[in-house]
Formats: sequence, C-alpha cells, structure tokens
Amino acid sequence: MDWVSENLDLIGSLTLEHLRQSVIAIAAGFALSLPLGWVAWRYRLLRGWVITVTGLLYTIPSLALLMILPVVAGYPATSETNLVIALTIYAIAIMVRAVTDGLDSVDPAVRRSATAVGYGAARRFWAVDLPLAGPVILAGLRVTAVSTISLATVGILVGVTNLGYLFTNGLQRRIVPEVLAGIVAVAVIALLIDLALMAAGRTLMPWARGAAPARRSAAEAAS
Amino acid sequence: MIEFRNVTKRFPDGTVAVDSFDLVIPSRRTTVFVGSSGCGKTTLLRMINRMVEPTSGTVEIDGEDVAAKQGVALRRSIGYVMQNGGLMPHFTVAENIATVPRLNGRTRRAARARALELMDVVGLDTAMADRYPSQLSGGQQQRVGVARGLAADPNILLMDEPFGAVDPIVRAELQRELIRLQRDLDKTVVFVTHDVDEAFLLGDQVAILAEGARRLQVGSPSEITENPADDFVAAFIGADRGKRALRVKQTPRGRVLVDAEGRTQGVLVEGEG
Amino acid sequence: MNLLADAFAWLFAPEQWTGPNALQHLLAQQLSFTATAVAIAALIAVPLGWAIGHTGRGREVAVAFSGAARAVPSFGLLVLLVLVFGVLRKPEAATVTFVILAIPSLLAGAYAGFEAIDRRVVDAARAVGMTGAQILWRVEIPLGLPLLVAGFRSAVLQVVATVTIAAYVNLGGLGLPIITGLSLRRYEVVLGGAILVALLALVLDALFALAQRAAVPHGIRADQGHPTGRRLDPEPAAPATPDTADTHP
Repeated sequence: MDWVSENLDLIGSLTLEHLRQSVIAIAAGFALSLPLGWVAWRYRLLRGWVITVTGLLYTIPSLALLMILPVVAGYPATSETNLVIALTIYAIAIMVRAVTDGLDSVDPAVRRSATAVGYGAARRFWAVDLPLAGPVILAGLRVTAVSTISLATVGILVGVTNLGYLFTNGLQRRIVPEVLAGIVAVAVIALLIDLALMAAGRTLMPWARGAAPARRSAAEAAS
Repeated sequence: MIEFRNVTKRFPDGTVAVDSFDLVIPSRRTTVFVGSSGCGKTTLLRMINRMVEPTSGTVEIDGEDVAAKQGVALRRSIGYVMQNGGLMPHFTVAENIATVPRLNGRTRRAARARALELMDVVGLDTAMADRYPSQLSGGQQQRVGVARGLAADPNILLMDEPFGAVDPIVRAELQRELIRLQRDLDKTVVFVTHDVDEAFLLGDQVAILAEGARRLQVGSPSEITENPADDFVAAFIGADRGKRALRVKQTPRGRVLVDAEGRTQGVLVEGEG
Repeated sequence: MNLLADAFAWLFAPEQWTGPNALQHLLAQQLSFTATAVAIAALIAVPLGWAIGHTGRGREVAVAFSGAARAVPSFGLLVLLVLVFGVLRKPEAATVTFVILAIPSLLAGAYAGFEAIDRRVVDAARAVGMTGAQILWRVEIPLGLPLLVAGFRSAVLQVVATVTIAAYVNLGGLGLPIITGLSLRRYEVVLGGAILVALLALVLDALFALAQRAAVPHGIRADQGHPTGRRLDPEPAAPATPDTADTHP
C-alpha cells in the first residue's frame, strides 16, 4: 500500500479527470434522452426506430465504438471528445428506454384527469407526466451513472487519461496496489454518485419513496 | 362435513385474520362466506385445503383433522376455483382442466378425455380444447376454472370469489350454471363472495362475517332475511331498501309487492309456494 | 472515409485469413472465451436466481451484489486478476473476470423472470396440489424463461465486449488487431477489427432476440392476434407479459 500513500496526488487528479468526463457524458445523455424518449413515447411510428437504433448502438463493444466513431465523425480517436461522445451514446441508449418506460408507467387515468381539470399539453407534461415518470427515469439514470463511470476506464486504451491509467500503468509496472486503487476509486465514485442521485430523487419526488420496485427490477435486468 | 373448531389465524405481521372461529359446514350443500374485503373469509377458505395453516384450533373434514393430512395430496382431492380462473397461461384449455388428473398420475390420453367430458359439463364447446386462456373471454376462462376444480371429481369444491371479475350479465349466467351443476353433482361447496345477492342466490347456508371472521349471523337466506340478528346485518343485507324491502299494495286486479322506491316487483300469489 | 475503404481492404485481404492470427482463429477464441465464461456463470447464477425467485428470499443481497458488481470496472478487474494469478494463468484470470461480469445479468434475469409471473398463477398451481418442485418446473421456469434469455443476451453482449479488451493482456481474440494496430499506428487495421467486433455483437444480439421470442411460451404469444383467437368479452383477463430486458455494451 506504500504506492497508494506515495501517489495520492496522482489518484486525486485522475479521479477528478474521470469524474469530469463521466459527469459530462451522464448529463449530456440525460438531457438528450428526455426529448428523444418523449418523441419515442409520443409517436408510435418512431418508437420502434428510436428503440432499435439506440439498442443497436448499445450492443457495439466500447473498444469498437471508440475506434469507429472518430472515423465517421472525423475527430482524433485519442481526444477526450471521443470518449465523452461514446459514453454519451451509451448513456442515451439506456436513458431513452427508461424515459419511454417511465412515461408508459404514468396511469392514463391521472393524465386524463389532468386534462379534464384544464392542463394544456405542455404544462401537463412538465407538471404531471414528467414528475410521475420520475421514479422510473431515476432508476434508469442511476444504472446509467454507475455503468458510465465504470466504462470510462476503457478510454485509456485509446489514450484518454483517467483512472484507467492506473490499470495500464499498474500492469506494465506490475504494481498490484496501483490497479486495486484504480478499481476502488472507480467503485467509490460510482457509489457516491449513485447515493447522490438517490438522495436527489427522495428530495424531488417525496411521493415515490419506496415505490416502483417492480420497475426497478426490470431496469436491473436490462443492464 | 367440514368443521371449524375454535380456529384462530394470526399472521406474522400481527394482524388477526380469524379469531376463534367455529362453524359446521354440512355436506352436499352450498355454504357461502360473505363479508367486506379483509374480513378473513378467504383465509377461512384457504385453511380447508391447508393453503393457510391455522395458528390454533382445528379444521376437520368428516371428523379428520386436515393438519394430519399431507398438504399436496389434500389439495389434489379438493377442487379450488379462483377469480379469473387462476389458469396457467401456458397450458391449453384441456391441459388446464387436466392438471389435477395428470398430477394424480393419469395418462395424457385419459386426462384429456376427462377434460373434454368436463368441458361439456360446464357448457364449453370442446372445439376450444386446444386454445390458450388468453384466447378466451372472461366468462369462458371462469368456466375452465370450474371445470378444473371438478376434474378430479372431488367431494369438496372451494370457490374464492370466482365470479368477481366478470361483467354482471356473464356473472348471472355463471351463477345459474353453478346452481344447475350443484343440482346434478351434489358437491359440498364453500363459496366466498362480498356480494350479498350472490350469497343469497347460491347459498343453502350463509355466514355473514365481520373483521376477524367474527360471525354476525349464520343461517339460510330465508332465516337471515326474516330475522336479521341485528341492525348491522339488516343494513348489510339491505333489508330496508331495494328488492328486499317490499310492501303490499292493493290494485284493482289483486295485491302486488312494491319496493321502497315504489317500483312494483311482483304479484302476490296466495297459498304455499 | 479512405480509412474505411482501407479497413475493408484489410479485412478482405487473403492474408488476414491465414496463419496463426487468422481472423477466423481470433473469432473462435473470442467466442470460446465468451461461451465458457457465460456457461460457468450460468451454472452459478441461474440456480441461485431461481432459488431467490422461488422463495422470495435473498433478493436484497442479490441486488446489492449486482449493483456493486456493476460499479467495478471490468477492465480494471481483468488487469488485477492477471497480476494476481500470474502471467502463466492469464486465461484463467480472464475467465474469472468474465464470469464475474456475466453473473449479475443472469442472476437478475433468473429471479426477475419469476417475479414477473402473476402471483395468482403460482397461487393457483399450489391450490390445485402441485408440489414445490412441480411449481418450479412446470410453472415458474417456463413462464420465467423469456426474461432469463434476456439475461443471457445481456450477459453475452457484456462479455463479448470485454473479451475484446482481453487482447490488451495478450489473450488474443478480435481485440488483437485493434490493440496491435493502435500501437503500430495502423488505423485501417484498428478500424477493420472494430468493424468485425461490432458485427459479431450485432449478430449475437440478433440471435438472442430471436431466442427470446422463441422462449415465450405458447399461450402468452397466442394472445397477440391468433387466427382462432376470439374474444367475446370486451376485457378478457390479460396474462402478465414480462418486460423484455435489453443489452449492455
């Protein structure tokens, strides 16, 4: 464990890098998934396409996606942009599904009664549909956050520095504590982000405490 | 004969579903447990085939404690019909009906023959034998459920709100069918419902239950209507309203019976019925 | 886009399909790693998941374990186990990594499949006198199969993606052209390898999608417009159709 105490600065700065890359991808994925998921939910014809295309993107192994994307989009494979965009795509693939499932989970009777008391379509979406879809969307967001943070380490294979550096460097120099430190750091930030999201959910959706366990297990099976 | 002796059921969370319950259920008659939801009537029913074990007290069938019997064998010897039929979605109609004969080791061929025979008995077209439950209407599913309950030719048939999920027209049809079946088959039927009209229509003996399976009144529908035990029972069975609160009205052509709202319900005919 | 043309030229060049590192050998390595790991994981996770689903006990433990397993980066775990097991036991180290990676999806598929079954169906099975084992084999396993296959689908895709990374520790597989191409700066090789891996994943996904459809028992499939299916009541009771689970990178 000497290695860890001597390299706390390195671990700290890599953790910050890692966190920054992951959070941008998670936030961008979430922001893009809301409209995409809504469109897929609202227009049945598009639904099949959106779900299939995102599902197929999700299927492509990360190392392959990190190599193909730069060629298609024309930026260098070794850039941070490449990693963040790939992670965003994976995030969208999970989140779009969660958003449509979430909107599906809203009781149509509640939606009808909101319309009946005079909500307009846009107002109803923000005040009724989205909050009630919240617990399922949050479950999807938590899965997204944890897998994004863990997946980001692959970035080192194309030359993007983050906690994955501890794995490649540790392997080359045969330092077990270095690799272990990387794994622990990734798991800890994943756990902390997950707890933060759970706490945010409890604050923002006080009515849903302990609700939607069935949906939760569907989201778990999906990841 | 089924006998409940001082039966209590306390669930692990502390709720007492049944509190010191005693009742004799006569053979070859229909006994109905009626009460609002959560009164413990389904728990009582499920103690007869050991789906639920009493915390204390005994349930006896023809003088033998059910606790002394093996649960699985006991359940195969007792018919059970539940809401929506409780059918296996991945079994065909014939396979659903033949479940118990197959479990009892009958050959596939014999079990299927028995299933087709029972489809006839419950008024299902045998052409539906190879369909799946999802391809049937609610009423048809319910008939399959009844047929499955009868498949092993049990002496006892337990029915847990079997007609609760079908629309009123189909329910009336199924109720008439059950009365006809019971006339032919002569089973000991124990029926659970929250519908007083259904209880009075089907029951030879009706037990009106309150929370904790407390007996409010037990008797034939006539006895209960003629002499409700207290105001609560009178209100529960609707003795003061609708078609159970009739008065006589003289008309030029004779006397008729009129309900509380003044609607004529029938003509009064003199003499024993 | 010239790179793309070069990549395809590389892929279709006859020398890629001969010799010890021929693409078909790498493909076979990739598939055999995946199959071995998923099979071992299934032997552990499926009985366990069924036990959890059947008894309803131990779910929290399984969920916590799956959550923790998801937070562990598989690339890091692979490197760690290679270092710990030693250079001579690399294949074993990799297999253990892939097994750990595959377990959560299979476990969740097994118990979620049981949980998705309408409780009344299981209750009815017990009421007609099925034993615990009969309920398991005749009711829960067949009705839970679609979600279990979904679990296999997601496990296989996760493992196949991670096997690609195994080339980094010199274990071969289709990641080999990607990793060696990167260090040699031969990007057409990298891209060719990536295209092959992506195609493999898409093909596996499609095969499992078909398997998932085939795993839905008759009778549950039948309610989607069977020619003889006639509905007399406006609202016949619909059987529970389990949510289909999706895949993972």
